[in-house]
Amino acid sequence: METNKHIISKLRQDLLKWEGYKPPQSGQRAQLGLGPLESVFPNGVFPKSSVHELVCASSEQAAASGGLVSGILSALMPPGGVCVWIGRDRRLFAPALSSFGIEPHQVIFISLMNDKDTLWVMEEALKCPGLSAVVCELREMDFRQSRRFQLAVEHSRVTGFVLRNAGKLGSTACAARWQVRSLPSADLDGLPGPGFLRWQVDLLKVRNGQTGSWVLEWQDGRFVPVTEMGIQEERQVG
Amino acid sequence: MQKRFMAIWFRHLLTDGLARRRPELRDVPFVLAAPHKNRMVIVAASDLAEREGAFSGMAVADARAATSDLVVMDEIPGQAVKLLRLLGLGCIRYTPIVSIDLPDKLILDITGCAHLWSGEREYLSTIVLKLRSSGFDARAAIADTIGAAWAVAQFGQKRPIVTCGGQAAAISPLPLAALRLEPEVLDRLQKLGFRSIGPLLQLPSSVLRRRFGQGLLLRIDQALGRVEEYREALVPPVPYSERLPCLEPVRTAPGIELAMEKLLTALCSRLQTEGTGLRKAFLKCHRIDGRKLQVGISTTKGSHSVSHLMRLFQLQVSKIEPALGIELFVLEATRVEPMETVQEQLWAEAKGLGDTSLTELLDRISGRVGAQAIRRFLPAEHYWPERSVRLATSLDEQPGTAWPQVMRPIRLLPAPEPIEVMALVPDHPPKVFVHKGKRHTVIKADGPERIGREWWQDSGEHRDYYLVEDDLGQRYWVFRSGHYDGNDTRWYLHGYFA
Repeated sequence: METNKHIISKLRQDLLKWEGYKPPQSGQRAQLGLGPLESVFPNGVFPKSSVHELVCASSEQAAASGGLVSGILSALMPPGGVCVWIGRDRRLFAPALSSFGIEPHQVIFISLMNDKDTLWVMEEALKCPGLSAVVCELREMDFRQSRRFQLAVEHSRVTGFVLRNAGKLGSTACAARWQVRSLPSADLDGLPGPGFLRWQVDLLKVRNGQTGSWVLEWQDGRFVPVTEMGIQEERQVG
Repeated sequence: MQKRFMAIWFRHLLTDGLARRRPELRDVPFVLAAPHKNRMVIVAASDLAEREGAFSGMAVADARAATSDLVVMDEIPGQAVKLLRLLGLGCIRYTPIVSIDLPDKLILDITGCAHLWSGEREYLSTIVLKLRSSGFDARAAIADTIGAAWAVAQFGQKRPIVTCGGQAAAISPLPLAALRLEPEVLDRLQKLGFRSIGPLLQLPSSVLRRRFGQGLLLRIDQALGRVEEYREALVPPVPYSERLPCLEPVRTAPGIELAMEKLLTALCSRLQTEGTGLRKAFLKCHRIDGRKLQVGISTTKGSHSVSHLMRLFQLQVSKIEPALGIELFVLEATRVEPMETVQEQLWAEAKGLGDTSLTELLDRISGRVGAQAIRRFLPAEHYWPERSVRLATSLDEQPGTAWPQVMRPIRLLPAPEPIEVMALVPDHPPKVFVHKGKRHTVIKADGPERIGREWWQDSGEHRDYYLVEDDLGQRYWVFRSGHYDGNDTRWYLHGYFA
């Protein structure tokens, strides 16, 4: 029985290797410090050279997704690294990024009105090895387009994020599909006013990993998971 | 290399120009006149009119008395410049450097051009015959200096080509007016009995300077080649340019791309040896129907990489309409800058904003969607949210001040949107607000953060901002415009927090 399990896990590892997921080499720091967001992926490594999609149903969810992406970006971007943010209009407010640990002047914004241009720019940006990450706000994305994005990042090792409307949610070639919603924040030692930013993060789809759902807080420049126990306690207090 | 210049004098520039447009005027003596001191004075007279005794400078009434069938027309101001410009552009096929010399001459820098027409004699006759066949009475001369060519073109009687170094001998017998002098100096010289240039050249320069000023000496020196004379070229020569004439007109996109690649390879190898990079370039396509098309590219950082520049040009190929075919491609780099040669780094930690692949990406994006779509923000020293960021002017620009460490919404609406609000106490944050017909019950709120108007920039009310969180946990940035004012209090939604 024990040997069977061993064989199966060995085969799984082999499969991952064939699909391009390399196990972290010994002595190399592979973890980004994203906490639970990392552990669900194969080998416990956040897939850097792949495209993630975030589903946003409303402006509020788009803002929450923007927050999560900014948090991940701060871990992904080395000091002096550059990121490109492609948006439909100038909605993203640059100074807010500094509270997520990103230097806003290291982000290049590209505002486009036309979906055709947006897809072209996104693909070109994903091919550029000089970037740390590319974020793109899109209306819709079909499978063919997501496959093109995935092929582009496999060469350049750039991380791509697509913030998309929750229209037609067909299958895509993205490594993961996330949905982020804001949650009421907890009281801070009985002080009035909102506390730390808190989100419900759902990993709806993931390639070769396990889906999951967490409650996360953004505290002092990193994600802190809020356990079920903590929520329960708050409910009782509330 | 010995400089050679050619001066072309159009004896009846204005009248020939008009007769060309109106052929019926060719067989009539006609003059162009303009009002001067309350009478009409002839400005230009045609060849026929001059033969009948009407010269420029005469009063029209006098000329009419002398010739019976004189046609008088109004002069069009600025016509001379226009005509000379057109004629000059036509001469660009003989030399790239052509300049205008008002009122009636063109100066061509023909250094190194004449041998293409197998000698200066043939070169000169080709140009003069071409101009005469198009209806202009032109006389030309070639000399080492602009001054000598000018003098011989208008006043020379014998040979139009002055041999190298022979300008002193050539201009000696010419009248003083051939020196391009000011009228007063000319007048005084004539009063003193000078009739030709020769005797002037024998006088010591100190004597001439004392009596006639530096201007006369300068003109003599320019004519003899002791002082260099510079002219502004009609079409400024582009120092970095490549030409590709085609035997057969090119009509297809692959053909155009081939031409681009050939030109770029030639230009880039030159840029590379000089250690410079291209910032702005134009590809000019001369079509066989005489029209000229051009497409341009620009880069954020100097580049001499053929593959990168080629990709930028490929984005523009669709804008070139070859029609019947393109016979000449000219690639001109109008802006180049010195480039630092950087050694390739094998283990680059952070690639940063100066990375070549990034600048190349931005060049491609601006080539396709326009440079105005690309923005980078820097903090501005303003609290007013709309003004708290400014656009960076370049990719290298770093913030002068630190980014403010205050909570700001991640999404800011382009303009604040009005909301309906219910607040318990005037100065309290709202309890309930309605935005776009959706009702939000506020559970927690933070504020107010008062941001005052910058009165030196605009007038209006201050804003009291609140961070509010509704029952679903969604966080908003709302503000009250001004103080509480009963039913007229206006509230706005300005952004969404993460």
